[in-house]
Amino acid sequence: MLKTRVIPTLLMREVNLVKGPAFDSWRAVGAPMQSVKVFNRRDVDEMVLLDIAATPAGRGPDIDMVATLAQECFVPLTVGGGITKLDQIRQLLLAGADKMSINSAAYSDPGLVTAASDAYGAQCIVAAIDYRTHADGRRECYTRCGTEGTGRDPVEWAKELERLGAGEIQATSIERDSLMEGYDLRTITDIAAAVSIPVIASGGAGNYLHMEEAVRAGASAVSAASIYLFTQATPLEAKAHLAAAGIPVRSHFHG
Amino acid sequence: MTVLIVDYGMGNIASARRAIEECGGRALVSDDPAAIKVADRIVVPGVGAFPQAMARLREASWVDALRAAVHDDGLPLLGICLGMQLLTDESDEVSKTQGLGLIPGRIERIVPADAAERVPHVGWNEVCHRGGALFDGIPSGADFYFVHSFRFVPASEDAILATTPYAGKTVSAVGAGRVAGVQFHPEKSSRAGFRLLKNFLAL
Repeated sequence: MLKTRVIPTLLMREVNLVKGPAFDSWRAVGAPMQSVKVFNRRDVDEMVLLDIAATPAGRGPDIDMVATLAQECFVPLTVGGGITKLDQIRQLLLAGADKMSINSAAYSDPGLVTAASDAYGAQCIVAAIDYRTHADGRRECYTRCGTEGTGRDPVEWAKELERLGAGEIQATSIERDSLMEGYDLRTITDIAAAVSIPVIASGGAGNYLHMEEAVRAGASAVSAASIYLFTQATPLEAKAHLAAAGIPVRSHFHG
Repeated sequence: MTVLIVDYGMGNIASARRAIEECGGRALVSDDPAAIKVADRIVVPGVGAFPQAMARLREASWVDALRAAVHDDGLPLLGICLGMQLLTDESDEVSKTQGLGLIPGRIERIVPADAAERVPHVGWNEVCHRGGALFDGIPSGADFYFVHSFRFVPASEDAILATTPYAGKTVSAVGAGRVAGVQFHPEKSSRAGFRLLKNFLAL
């Protein structure tokens, strides 16, 4: 049986600002490298690495940094932030990334999702949706790291992304993100019902019960960042909780 | 132990190389079939679509070279994910395309058995194997990482080394002689994957 994935997400911001000459680049990747090594040693199911400053700064992904981090990652690695071109995807694959997270570029250039999916397979393309729920209950997708409204409904956009060729949807509730008060179960339910590709719940996990709720709502995977940074929670414990709740999780091989 | 990683411009080459090195092999990434001469093992990685992959392999003259390496030189060859699917004779993915013809069978799109199953098949799933050198020391049912929308249906049951419970039953490893293919990603399957790669190096 396919296992529910527990995915730590590493968010990086303004890495480039502290990045010096090439020999000094470890300083820039120092903190994320520590995280990658720890999560790799703990044998997590998968990792997501998002460079959240790339798009607002108008730059592409930092290929060298991804190559450095990927050296220490022996589980699947999804990379996102600033991806706008097919050639960047090719370079990231060569650098050791396994999947690409495409967010802002999908709105301005939907053809990129299709071209990338045709060239590298749908399984390589994770379409990320950041959305807010307005006071009247209306939901709206936001682009450029949550700064610009698009007028699009996240459920409709998820269907469109699937049609364009995305292999997974990572849906993040902007206002719940970092609050650790639980995922947006309503939207997870709606998107999981609307598409036939896997849905990764994102934004709001504060405890293991929240993860269980997201899986029951239809998520194939639960991603989280804050909970692993600011609490004692670990992906391994999260999986133990899910297993105890009757949700299949990956067994670890110690041979 | 030199492991040639076939670079036809579509693989997750870096992951495969790192994992081979971590398992004690010397990884040689090459886009030139002449490199087969110095290889002890061949790995065909792959992420992407079947027709494009075969077109690139043909352009770079890999097809006959790989067949000769297996049939004439008896080199062990491991296909990973798309690299496993390329071992077959023919695929209907996007358009009808000839494969490497090393293990007869066909490629079909995964059809979910129920609404809860999604395509692509993404994540960790059980690999139930029937023993053999490739799975030495790995319990049947160990979890490996999968990410694919198409699957290999071998012409003969004899070629099936392992299956995985998804969309009914999905063939997750095939083998014939010195040629093997795995649908999952050993290079991304942490310790279980390393064990399998070490087994391949020890064949």
